[in-house]
Amino acid sequence: MTLAALFAVLLGMCLLLVRALLGPTLYDRVLAVNSFGTKTVLVIGLLGYVMGRTDFLDIAILYTLINFVATIAILKFFRYRSFQVPLARRPEQAARGGDSNG
Amino acid sequence: MAYLVVTFFAIFAFWMGNSGHYKPLMLGFAALSFAITLILCARLKIIDREGAPYVRLFGWLAYYPWLAWEIVKSNWVIIKACLRAELDISPSLVKLKTICKSDLAKVTFANSITMTPGTVTVEIEGDKLLVHGLYEANTQPEAFEEMDRRCARAADPAETPA
Amino acid sequence: MAEFFALIGNTWEIVRFPLGGAACLLGAILCIVGTIGVLRFPDFYTRIHAASITDTSGAGLVLIGMALMAPHWIIVVKVFCIMGFLLLTSVTSSHALVNAAHTAGLQPKIGPMGRSVHEEDEEDRH
Repeated sequence: MTLAALFAVLLGMCLLLVRALLGPTLYDRVLAVNSFGTKTVLVIGLLGYVMGRTDFLDIAILYTLINFVATIAILKFFRYRSFQVPLARRPEQAARGGDSNG
Repeated sequence: MAYLVVTFFAIFAFWMGNSGHYKPLMLGFAALSFAITLILCARLKIIDREGAPYVRLFGWLAYYPWLAWEIVKSNWVIIKACLRAELDISPSLVKLKTICKSDLAKVTFANSITMTPGTVTVEIEGDKLLVHGLYEANTQPEAFEEMDRRCARAADPAETPA
Repeated sequence: MAEFFALIGNTWEIVRFPLGGAACLLGAILCIVGTIGVLRFPDFYTRIHAASITDTSGAGLVLIGMALMAPHWIIVVKVFCIMGFLLLTSVTSSHALVNAAHTAGLQPKIGPMGRSVHEEDEEDRH
């Protein structure tokens, strides 16, 4: 049953790749990649159960966080064309003129 | 100081739940990493009301089960919309006004709207939210009033009237 | 009384594996349903609703199934860590995605479409 679930999620990932390749706008592609990452987490966990090595869940935790950072990084890059821009700034820093490397 | 203690206990619980090795050497390494993490957090100045929101823990514990049931209900609607043979949707953009005061309550409210399938928060400006919904009938401002009230009660208990 | 609890424990040990497997399978099927929605829906703002099925109920059911089949309590803690992180981060990233699209000026399609399109009220309210 776990194996069937694993293959079902893999099928879903294959279908998502279609959307990532077809997607008319950039945001459709990023959405597909983000959802792909969520499914990758599930696949890693299910693979651990199928192989009887539940240590894979540690990798799944890491992949969850990396997937989030990757999505935000892609969006930030395509908004500002650079990774060097601060997304938010505390008010007192903005008032001081932005010496943010404290 | 209380925020520091709460952060310590959160890190401690996370380590204990994820490690599985309780030998003295490993516990020593754990104590070392706790110290480094807390020093870094204190240097970053992120141990504050938002970094360790333990006062609101009970409000959230009461709120999230209700939200889970809402998520199950709206999941069913969207699953039907996905699997229907003919496409039958009516997307709409709605402007909402929230009664939440603090940033934390607003974030909880916007997060809940996005977490519920079928509605997604597009933008927050002040106390106005722009919400995109899959069905026009489910996205009227009245549909969010109860969620708004519960968020305000969960996340800023002091400022809400009754 | 102790025998009763032992009976309950034994039954639970037998029942939890099929239950967990069924939850995993149901969650995986919901993932496919969400993907079908992502492929079918007409524009970006509606696709993100379909993707949120995958993120909430699909992933949630798969992870609940994994927690039911866990061989050790530490696995349960890890699975619930994944669930918490996944719920927080997927919601935040989908909001970031929609906000970025809206800021970049991508216009959503508004109004009824599909079956009720014969009414032809293409009101452009945005």
